[in-house]
Amino acid sequence: MEYILTFLHQHIDLIYIVILSVFLGIEVISRVPSVLHTPLMSGANAIHGVVIIGAIIVMGKAEADNYPALIIGFLAVILGTINVVGGFVVTDRMLEMFKGKKK
Amino acid sequence: MGSSILSIIYLIGSVTFILGLKMLSKPDTARKGNLVAAAGMSLAILGTIFLYRVNDAPLHNYGWIFTGLVIGGVIGVLSAKKVKMTAMPEMVSMFNGMGGACAALISIVEFDHLIKLIKNLYAPVSDDHLALQLLESSASKGMVIIILLSLIIGAVSCAGSIVAWGKLTGKVKDFSFNGQHFLNMGVLALIVGLSVWLVCIFGISPGTGLIVFYVVFLLALFYGVLFVLPIGGADMPVVISLLNSFTGVAAACGGFLYSNPVMLTGGILVGSAGTILTILMCKAMNRSLKNVLIGSFGGGAAGAAASGKEQGNYKEISLNDAAVVLAYANKVIIVPGYGLAVAQAQHACHELEKQLEEKGVEVKYAIHPVAGRMPGHMNVLLAEADVPYEKLLEMEDANAEFPTTDAVLILGANDVVNPAAKSDPASPIYGMPILEVENAKVVIVNKRSMKPGYAGIENDLFFQPKTSMLFGDAKKVLQELLSAIKEV
Repeated sequence: MEYILTFLHQHIDLIYIVILSVFLGIEVISRVPSVLHTPLMSGANAIHGVVIIGAIIVMGKAEADNYPALIIGFLAVILGTINVVGGFVVTDRMLEMFKGKKK
Repeated sequence: MGSSILSIIYLIGSVTFILGLKMLSKPDTARKGNLVAAAGMSLAILGTIFLYRVNDAPLHNYGWIFTGLVIGGVIGVLSAKKVKMTAMPEMVSMFNGMGGACAALISIVEFDHLIKLIKNLYAPVSDDHLALQLLESSASKGMVIIILLSLIIGAVSCAGSIVAWGKLTGKVKDFSFNGQHFLNMGVLALIVGLSVWLVCIFGISPGTGLIVFYVVFLLALFYGVLFVLPIGGADMPVVISLLNSFTGVAAACGGFLYSNPVMLTGGILVGSAGTILTILMCKAMNRSLKNVLIGSFGGGAAGAAASGKEQGNYKEISLNDAAVVLAYANKVIIVPGYGLAVAQAQHACHELEKQLEEKGVEVKYAIHPVAGRMPGHMNVLLAEADVPYEKLLEMEDANAEFPTTDAVLILGANDVVNPAAKSDPASPIYGMPILEVENAKVVIVNKRSMKPGYAGIENDLFFQPKTSMLFGDAKKVLQELLSAIKEV
């Protein structure tokens, strides 16, 4: 049990971020019209693609001869990029349709 | 210098995510919000590539990184541009699965890295107490917990999303068997148990640790499949939204792993916003999350009571009669639903609307909040087919107009027009706001068959005297109706 406490203590600033972000996320979304549920979900989907940054770090610090790490990291970069790029483009396509028709 | 700029970049990235999400939740600013978040994301990615330092050394393997980015980018743009608007839900699901897979893969590499460190520590100083203490130290155990969390959540989200995608495209059928919940619980318990054990033995026997790690990975994938398999196809949007927030949490674990604030804020924001969105979607469908996950909808006493009731007869209408009814009406309201989305009939529907307008008929659309395959999906579909925005009536406005409407044409909608939601307290959908189409003079219902909707309950509306049924695939029926109306 002790290591959990130590771990929490060492990362207390990150834990503050987590807790505040939880409330922020709830607050930001709580009054969204149902028309926007689908685009919003798709937009949020693109944002969690931020995990790509982890993939880039994994790749970037792997030794040049560590092929398993390189291959897995490479795959992770590809998948993460598809998530980010595809997510934002698809969301934009949905929202584009809303826009033009309003006027 | 470089790393302080990177901190600022991460700060900007986090702020754009918050702003973007906020703007996405309002119709006027939604599109800009998406672009703001995308800009922040690009900045954070580029900043990481060029400014991130590991022990004061810049990242290397740029060739691999950029190749990966280009391949992923091209696939992402092409698939996002090519996908049909009706196939949007499965596309989002697929993208989500890839994010989850990405998180799980990162965990695999990082765990491998950690194990190597331990083995190196072991080799030269086999009985050194100092080395052992270091391994037992809190930092590495905390690290293992985070890596495991990211692995498990990422794997569940990935496997679950792929099953959800399969269900939405019709490649995977609903599948449930007795004792499924027990199996699910058992697998989950096994995952948790093995993980705890791994954290305990980690550092003492790295070899076993590695094996346990991969077993947990496989079990998590298996659990993801089991988790989604019994849930009905029409509930997939809720499940995708839930898995979406899972992936957010997995990404946030990466934030812990690298003490990276932008991954943390981005991931947690999506995690919490996604959870709320999931609950909102359930509310719009008048269901609880628990019901969706356990999939007990339509079963039990309420379902039995409904099916025991005598339903009487329904009457069919021929295509030509329907054409006459519509062409000679003053005002027609179209109620599009899931069936229209599945048949991809939004364009045919718009053609019909234009043809009727030429005949001097006033045509409007009544959009129920959960019509289509996802909440809000119907608005996107009709917008794609160039249906003018002002023709789309929200539920309250539509309900006010039904009494003055001559004919209502229901295209593949069922539960959202079921009067039982208002009149029958025993009905599972009792209390859900519905479109009160029975107030119109004539109701024409297009369905593929008399099969109940996804709620699995009968619809009294179909048996009312003013209702007539027009069976067939929505797209085909609309096209035939169109040519019939032209001849009237």
